[in-house]
Amino acid sequence: MRVLIPSALHSYTGGPWVEATGGTVAEVLADLERQFPGIRFRMVDEQQRLRRHIRLFLHGDMLFDLEHPLPADGELCIVQALSGG
Amino acid sequence: MTSEDRAVGTLLVLVATRKGAWIFHGDAERKCWRIDGPHFLGHIIHHLVLDPRDGRTLLAAASTGHLGPTLFRSTDFGRNWQEAARPPAFGPAANGLEARAVDHTFWLAPGHAGEPGVWYAGTSPQGLFRSGDGGVSWAPFSGINDDAQYRQWFGTVQDGTPDGPKLHSIIVDPRDAQHLYFAMSGGGVHESLDGGRSFAPLVEGMEVVAGFDAADVTFHDPHCMRLCPSNPDRLYQQNHCGIYRLDRPGRRWQRIGRNMPAEIGDVGFPLVLHPRDDNTLWVFPMDGSDVWPRTSPGGQPAVYGSRDGGETWQRHGIGLPASQAWWTVKRQAMTGDREAGVGLYFGTTSGELWQSRDEGGQWECMASHLPEIYAVETAYPQA
Repeated sequence: MRVLIPSALHSYTGGPWVEATGGTVAEVLADLERQFPGIRFRMVDEQQRLRRHIRLFLHGDMLFDLEHPLPADGELCIVQALSGG
Repeated sequence: MTSEDRAVGTLLVLVATRKGAWIFHGDAERKCWRIDGPHFLGHIIHHLVLDPRDGRTLLAAASTGHLGPTLFRSTDFGRNWQEAARPPAFGPAANGLEARAVDHTFWLAPGHAGEPGVWYAGTSPQGLFRSGDGGVSWAPFSGINDDAQYRQWFGTVQDGTPDGPKLHSIIVDPRDAQHLYFAMSGGGVHESLDGGRSFAPLVEGMEVVAGFDAADVTFHDPHCMRLCPSNPDRLYQQNHCGIYRLDRPGRRWQRIGRNMPAEIGDVGFPLVLHPRDDNTLWVFPMDGSDVWPRTSPGGQPAVYGSRDGGETWQRHGIGLPASQAWWTVKRQAMTGDREAGVGLYFGTTSGELWQSRDEGGQWECMASHLPEIYAVETAYPQA
């Protein structure tokens, strides 16, 4: 599936859109980590919780569960939530 | 990531800031400085340290406002950086205690000279980590991270410093790699005699804020602790409640800050020791009155030094602003070099970098308009 990467993580991917495989959010994040070592820990902490400013959207719906299933032909948008003024 | 390929200085001043890192390359006279940076623009760099054992391995503890923490490593003085394969991270829940996540790595400490490649790291919230491969991969170290008693001493996030409680001042006895110290804001000073397998508090004589119980380790807030390079049996400490000295094997800290001028007080964060004289130290007092302004007292910044182990203190303010300067210096942001006339360096919360080539006698501004400076270290690179 296509995955949109927030600008703060382009140093890992080199650009905004990448391809990743997996049937769940966790599997797609694992594939991203395989392709771009280090990227997962910037988004998910060691207790498997999405970090405070990371948001995931599948076709406009926000996802909270790393075990949420993903369609192979979908688009997962990883967004860095803005905070502050 | 790359930066300009230029000659490496004789002496480096490593500056970590809220918005990136800079490396100042100095000549032998410490008069000409080439500025290399920013590295990691936009990242919060909490500490930037060169391994004194190989003179080449540079570690940077990094985080950003929106992403998880990490660590970067360079073996060519910052021309190229590689991310740590496994940055410091806590383990899963253990001993019935709540699982924790590292917010940022705060303190980096190279290990013993006889253990090349060993580094220690202190984190926020309080955690102790170790790397055996030069900072590439890190693992929780010692049992303290998941020890019920230590968890109590850590306190809560509300008990710590404004940007999170911290484990800092990790010290390895140069005579014995098994002899370790660390300090926590808050949570006291701790010592291990068995290579970190166990630690015990070392807080006797340290004072706490009025109304709290000094017998409870939780309430102790050491800000910065240093071990004398010329006498590893002597420690100095800048605490939330004063400046202290401890001579081992004694266990009772002596509040030498009582000898500071009363109008200045002995509250502050950084503390620097002379490389060859265990009676000489420097501190940077700040205003810790009423609501804790955390500014230079009266808006008149100065380093204070002692040549007699803290019995008497002298003001070192020549060259610094005489008035209306309301910045201060954080606990990692003041350091010294090893030259015959010891050079002192500090970075301010307003982004200025100051230098003295004569042990505080005269100050010059090396740089201004940097981001808020979090840490300053000196280093002697090896080709």
